[in-house]
Amino acid sequence: MIDLRAVRCLSMLALVGAALLGCAESPTTTAQTAAERTFDRAQVAKGAELSALGDCRVCHTGDGGRAFAGGRPLPTPFGTIYSTNITPDAETGIGRWSRDDFRRAMHEGIDRAGRHLYPAFPYDHFTHVTDDDVDALYAFIMTREAVSARTPRNRLVFPANLRPVLAAWNWLYLDARRFTPDPAQSAEWNRGAYLVEGLAHCGACHTPRNIAGAEKRGEPFGGGDAEGWHAPGLLAASPAPVEWTADALFRYLRNGFDAEHGLAAGPMAPVVDELATVPEAEVHAIVTYLTSRTGQTRNAPANERIAAAEQREFDAVGRHAPDRASEASASSAETQDAGEVIFAGACATCHYAGAGTPRTTPVPLALTTSVNAPTPQNALRVVVEGLHPASGEPGAIMPGFGSALTHAQIVAVVEYVRARFSDRPRWTDVNATLHGIEREQPK
Amino acid sequence: MNASISDVGRRAFLARSGALVVAFSLAPLQGVAQEKTGGAKLPGSLEKAPLLDAWIRVGADGGVTVFTGKAELGQGVRTALTALAAEELGIAPAGIVLVTADTSRTPDEGYTAGSNSMKDSGTAIRSAAAQVRELLIERASAKLGVAAERLHAKDGNVVADDGRRVGFGDLAAQGYAEVRAKPDAKLKDPRSYSVVGKSLARVDIPAKVTGGVAYVQDLRPPGMLHARVVCPPSYRARLRDADVGAVARMPGVVKVVRDGSVLGVVTAHEFDAIRAMRALAATARWDEQPSLPHGDLFAALQALPAQEIVNADRHDGAAQGMRRLEATYTRGYQMHGSIGPSCALALYQDDALTVWTHSQGVYPLRASIAEMLHLPAERVHCIHVEGSGCYGHNAADDAAAYAALFARAVPAHPVRVQWMREQEHTCEPYGPAMIAKLSGSVDASGGIAEWNAEGWSNSHSTRPGGAGNLMPAWYLATPFAQPVPKPIPMPEGGGDRNSIPIYTVPSLRVVHRFIPAMPIRVSALRSLGAYVNVFAIESFVDELAHAAGSDPVAYRIRHLGDRRARDVVNAAATRFGWEGFTRKPGHGRGFAFARYKNLAAYCAVAVEVSLEHETGRARVVRAAAAIDSGQAVDPDGLRNQIEGGIIQSMSWTLFEAVSYDATRITSVDWSTYPIARFADIPDRIDVEVIDRPGEPFLGTGEAAQGPTAAAIANAIADAGNVRLRDLPLTRAKIKAAIGV
Amino acid sequence: MIELDVNGRRHAVDAEGDTPLLYVLRDHLAMNGAKFGCGLGQCGACTVIVDGKAVFSCVTPISVLGGRAIRTIEGLGTPDRPSPLQRAFIDEQAAQCGYCIAGMIMRAQALLDANPSPSDAEIRRHMAPNLCRCGTHMRILRAIRRAAQRVPTAATPLRSTPT
Repeated sequence: MIDLRAVRCLSMLALVGAALLGCAESPTTTAQTAAERTFDRAQVAKGAELSALGDCRVCHTGDGGRAFAGGRPLPTPFGTIYSTNITPDAETGIGRWSRDDFRRAMHEGIDRAGRHLYPAFPYDHFTHVTDDDVDALYAFIMTREAVSARTPRNRLVFPANLRPVLAAWNWLYLDARRFTPDPAQSAEWNRGAYLVEGLAHCGACHTPRNIAGAEKRGEPFGGGDAEGWHAPGLLAASPAPVEWTADALFRYLRNGFDAEHGLAAGPMAPVVDELATVPEAEVHAIVTYLTSRTGQTRNAPANERIAAAEQREFDAVGRHAPDRASEASASSAETQDAGEVIFAGACATCHYAGAGTPRTTPVPLALTTSVNAPTPQNALRVVVEGLHPASGEPGAIMPGFGSALTHAQIVAVVEYVRARFSDRPRWTDVNATLHGIEREQPK
Repeated sequence: MNASISDVGRRAFLARSGALVVAFSLAPLQGVAQEKTGGAKLPGSLEKAPLLDAWIRVGADGGVTVFTGKAELGQGVRTALTALAAEELGIAPAGIVLVTADTSRTPDEGYTAGSNSMKDSGTAIRSAAAQVRELLIERASAKLGVAAERLHAKDGNVVADDGRRVGFGDLAAQGYAEVRAKPDAKLKDPRSYSVVGKSLARVDIPAKVTGGVAYVQDLRPPGMLHARVVCPPSYRARLRDADVGAVARMPGVVKVVRDGSVLGVVTAHEFDAIRAMRALAATARWDEQPSLPHGDLFAALQALPAQEIVNADRHDGAAQGMRRLEATYTRGYQMHGSIGPSCALALYQDDALTVWTHSQGVYPLRASIAEMLHLPAERVHCIHVEGSGCYGHNAADDAAAYAALFARAVPAHPVRVQWMREQEHTCEPYGPAMIAKLSGSVDASGGIAEWNAEGWSNSHSTRPGGAGNLMPAWYLATPFAQPVPKPIPMPEGGGDRNSIPIYTVPSLRVVHRFIPAMPIRVSALRSLGAYVNVFAIESFVDELAHAAGSDPVAYRIRHLGDRRARDVVNAAATRFGWEGFTRKPGHGRGFAFARYKNLAAYCAVAVEVSLEHETGRARVVRAAAAIDSGQAVDPDGLRNQIEGGIIQSMSWTLFEAVSYDATRITSVDWSTYPIARFADIPDRIDVEVIDRPGEPFLGTGEAAQGPTAAAIANAIADAGNVRLRDLPLTRAKIKAAIGV
Repeated sequence: MIELDVNGRRHAVDAEGDTPLLYVLRDHLAMNGAKFGCGLGQCGACTVIVDGKAVFSCVTPISVLGGRAIRTIEGLGTPDRPSPLQRAFIDEQAAQCGYCIAGMIMRAQALLDANPSPSDAEIRRHMAPNLCRCGTHMRILRAIRRAAQRVPTAATPLRSTPT
C-alpha cells in the first residue's frame, strides 16, 4: 500500500537532503576477506546470543534458504525489500567488510560501498548497540558458513527507490547514539532498556509509524504493523482482556505461549523461538523494562478468567449440551447465525470439544489478543493460512480455511467470533481486510 | 477372484447364526492339545494345524481357497501367501481366494507379529499347497491310469503328457478331510518359479485407491449403530459420576453405557455419537492420581525392581583390550501412532458375539474377550479385517473390547466403535523406555577384544492373552487386573532383542534387566528392543571403529563371520557409493547393519545426512539399503517394507518422544507428537533385495528399524563431529552439542 | 435437508449444518474414500476437493458446501477404469496399509489440476499437510510425478495379476 502523502513528502525531502548532504557517503577501502581473520571463541559465543536477540537470522534467511544468505522479501508500504546476504561470502555476502564497515552499517545504516540502507533494516535501533556488542556480532557473523547467493533487486516505488532520499530520512529521524543507562534505574531495567530499544527492536513492529515510515516517538509500543500482520500494542496499550503481568509476558516471550493471552504467530513466532535460546536473565530484563511502562489494572484471578472464557466457548456450541438438547432440535438452520454454524462444524472440534476429552487446549478465544485487537488482520490471517510448526517440532497445527470457506463464509465466521468472544466493538472492516489478504495470495 | 473385504464381511454376516462347520484341528498356540506327528516337525504352522484342508480347499468348480491364520497389516502378506500357494498349485494368483485370520475358519497362528508370517504361515502354505497338488496328482493317476511321473498340475487341471486332463474340482470332489501333512513335501524347484520371486501387484491396492471397501472402518452391516468411548483421562482415573440420563436424551442417542469407569455412547448416526461423547465427557467427573515418572526417567526406571537375565557370558582370556570405551544409549517412550485410530465392530446375538477387528491376534483376542464377558470361547467369533498400519500392539484390541461391551448393551445390533485421535495417542501401549549401557575395548590390532552390555527395559509384550491386558477391562465395575508381565525368552527376546552383537568378539557379556512395573502403558512396537539395541550396538561399533582408526564399513566386515551378513553390508555400501564418497559442507555419512534377532533378516543401511548448523536440524538426504530375507517371494513388497521402515525409523529417531506430566499423557495429537512430513523425506532411497532362492523365509517388516537409527546417528557424528546417544536426536539436542 | 453436489450428482442429506462433510460422506452416503484420521485437520486422511481446492472434510461443515462442487476419490475412477493418477498409484504400488492414500490422491489431484507439471519441490510442499505413517512417501511422490507425465526414476517392472 502506498501512502501518496508520504511519497510527496519524501520527494521534497529528497531534494533538500540531496542538496544538504551530498549524494553519497564515502566507501571504505579494506579488502581483507573473512577467511583471513581469526576471532576469539568467547566473543563469537557472545555474538551468537546477541544475534538471537536481534533476530538477524530471521530476516536474513529466505524461505528454505541457507542461514544468513538473505533473499527474504519484506513487504513495506513503499514496496518490497529483500534482506541481504550477510554471510562471509566475498562476492555476494559481506566477506570483505571490515569491523568498521560493519559498525557503520549497524550504527548509521550505511554499507561498505557508501550507500544508504533502508530502515527496514532497523539501524535506527541498532545504533544504540555498544561498540563491543557490535564487534561481537561481527565476530559471530564472520564465522558463519559463507554462502554464494545474490540478493534479489528491491521493488520499491519512487522516490523510496532512490537511496539518497534516505539521507534526508536519517537527518529527520535517526538518533544515532549509543545507549546510555539511566542511573536512577536498576541494572536489570537498564539491560532491558538496552535490549528493547537496541537489538530486540521491539518498537520496529510494535510502535506505529508516520507517513514517512518512521516510528512515532510519542506512541511507543502503541501498536503497529509488520509483514502483513498487526503487531498489537504492548502492555497498557494491549487489547487483550487480561493484564500482561511480568510473569505472563515472560512465559509468552520464553515459551511462545501464555495460557491467558495466546500463542505467538506470524512474524512473532521466530522471535520467541530465538528468545528461547538466550539466557533467561535477558528475557527477564526485557520484561522488566517493558512492564515498567504499563499502567496498573486489576483483574479477576487467572482460573476464573480462563473458566469464564471457556464457558463462552461452551455456550457457543452448547446447544449440543445435554440440557440444551431441546433447544437444538427446536432451532432451525435459518434462525442460526451462519457464522455460528460454521464455527460449530469447523472450529469447535479444537476450539471447544468438551471438557474432559484429552486435547491440546488452544487458549480460549475470548482471551486471545487477535480476537480482541482493533483490526481483524491477524484473526483473518490465521483463519485463512492456518498455523504450521517447523518440521519435526511440536507446535500448534491449525489448518488454513482459505480453500474450504468462501470469502463470505470467512467473513461470517470471523465476525461471529468477534461478536461472540470479545466485549469490544464489532469489526467493520472484515470484508475489506480479507480482500487485502486475498490479493496477496498467488492465484 | 480374490477375497475382497466385502466378501468376507458378507459371508461372515450371513454365517452369523453359526453354521460354518469346519473340520480341522484347532490346536491352541501353546500346543497343549497337540497330536503326535510322529517324527520330524512339520513345516511352519503345519505343526500346530496338521490337516491339509485346514489350509487349502478346492471347490467343486475347481476354485481354490487358501486359509491363513495371519492377517494383512498392509505389509503385503496377503499377496505373498497367495503367490506361494499359486506357485505350488500351478495356478494363477487371481484364481485363489485367501481367507485371513478368522477364529471360525482359519488355523490359529497366534499373532501376526515378529516378522514371522512368512516363516510360519508361508512355509506351511507352501508345503500344504505342494502336498495338495501331489494328492490331486495321485488321484488323477488312479483315475487316468497314468503314472504320476507323467502328470503335472497346470491352471487348475492335472494334465498327462498325452494331453488328457482332469480338473481340480473333480479330483477334490470327495475332499481330503482327514489327510495330515507330511514333514517333507515335493516343493517346486525355485529355478522354475513363475510367480514367486517376481514383483507382484498387491491385490488390495486397487480398492484402496478407488474408494472401495477395504478396512474395518468401511464395514456397514444393516442396522449398524455408532459408538464413541469416553476414555479415562489417566491410567488410575476412576469415574465418580457422569450425567448419563441427560446425554441419553440427546438427539440420536440410543444408549449410554456405563460399567464402573467404562463409559460410552451409542447412536444411530456417527456425528451424533461425537457430539454426545463430548457432552458426556463434559459431565464426567474423575478421580485421578499422579502416577507417571517424574524427574530423570532413566534413573527412575533403573531404581525399579528388575529381574536379571544373563544372555551371554564368555571370556577369552587371551584377548587383550587396550583402548576402552564406554557409552550409554537411551530412549524414552515412542508410539505406534497409527494413522487411522483403532476401530472395531461387534454384534451380540443369541448369546454369541462376533467381533470384526484389526487385532494382530484374533485367537488370543477371542479368549480375552470371552474371559472379560464370562462367555465360553466357542461363543465368541473374531474376524480380522484390515485397519490402518498398526506396527505392533496398538489399541486395536482395546477398541474390540469396547465394541464387545457396547454390543452386549444393545443386543442384535452391530455396534461400531471408533476411537478418536486423542484416545489412540494417549491410551495406546507405547514402545517402552530403554537404557543400553555398553562398554568395550579394542586390542592392539584394532579388533574388538571385549564387549559388555547391560540393558534395562519394561516388557515389550502385554498383548491380550487374557482379559487383564484389555484396557477397558481395567475400568469395569468388576475389573480385571493387568497381569505381571514375563520376559520373552531369547533368542527372540523383548527388551533384549538384538542385544547380543553379531560381531566376532572374544569376550562377551550381555545382561538384561527386565523391569515388570510399568508406570506407562507399554507393549510391542515394531522390532521391539531391537530398535534401541541395534541403535546402541551400531553406534558403539562406529565409536570403536573410530578408536581403531578404521573405516566403519571395513570394521564391520572384519568382525562379521556370516557370509550373508557381509554380502548385505557390501551391497549397501556399494549402492550408497561409500568408497569415493565426497563430503559436502555440513553433510555426513553413516552406516549400520543388523541381522534381526540374530537369526532372521539381514539388513544394512547407509545414509547421507545434512546438518543445518544454525538450527541443529538434521535431514536424511538419501539412503541406500540392502535386505536379505531368504527366498524373496515378492521383491517389490520387500522393497516397500524396507523403504517404509527406513522412513518410519527416521521419524522415530529424529522427532519422536511421548510427553507426559505427573498424571496424564500430553502427547494427544500430531501437534504434540510430530512425525515426519514430506519436507523431511529423503531425496532418494535405494533398496537392493538380495534374493536367496530355496533359502528359508526370514521375514522383512522389522529389519530396517534399528540400522536406520544408528546410521543416522553415525552420519550426524560424521557431519557435525558430535556423538548423540539419547533418542530422539532432536534439533535442540544437536544444536546444543554442536554449539555456536 | 441440505443438498450437496458430490462428484457431479446431487444428494439431499438429512444432517445438521454443523456436521463435517467427512461424516456425511461416510455415514450418510456410504462412501469410503475420505477417512477419519484425526478429525482435527492435522493429517489429511479426509482430504477431498471442493471447488478445485484440496480441503480437510473433517473440519468442513456441510453448511458451507451448498452450491459448491465436491469431488471425492470415487469420482476420479474405478478399479476397472482408474484415472491417470489412480493408475499411477497402482503402477508404482504406492501403498502399504493404504489408509492415507485416498487423501494423498485427492491432494495430489488438486495440484495437478492447477499445475500439470509441478517440480519436485512444488509437489513436496503441496503434499505437506498429509501424513503417511507407513513411510510410503517415495512411492507417492513417484506416482504423482508419473501422473504428471514425467519419467519415473528407477521404475521396477511389475508382474500384474488380473483382478
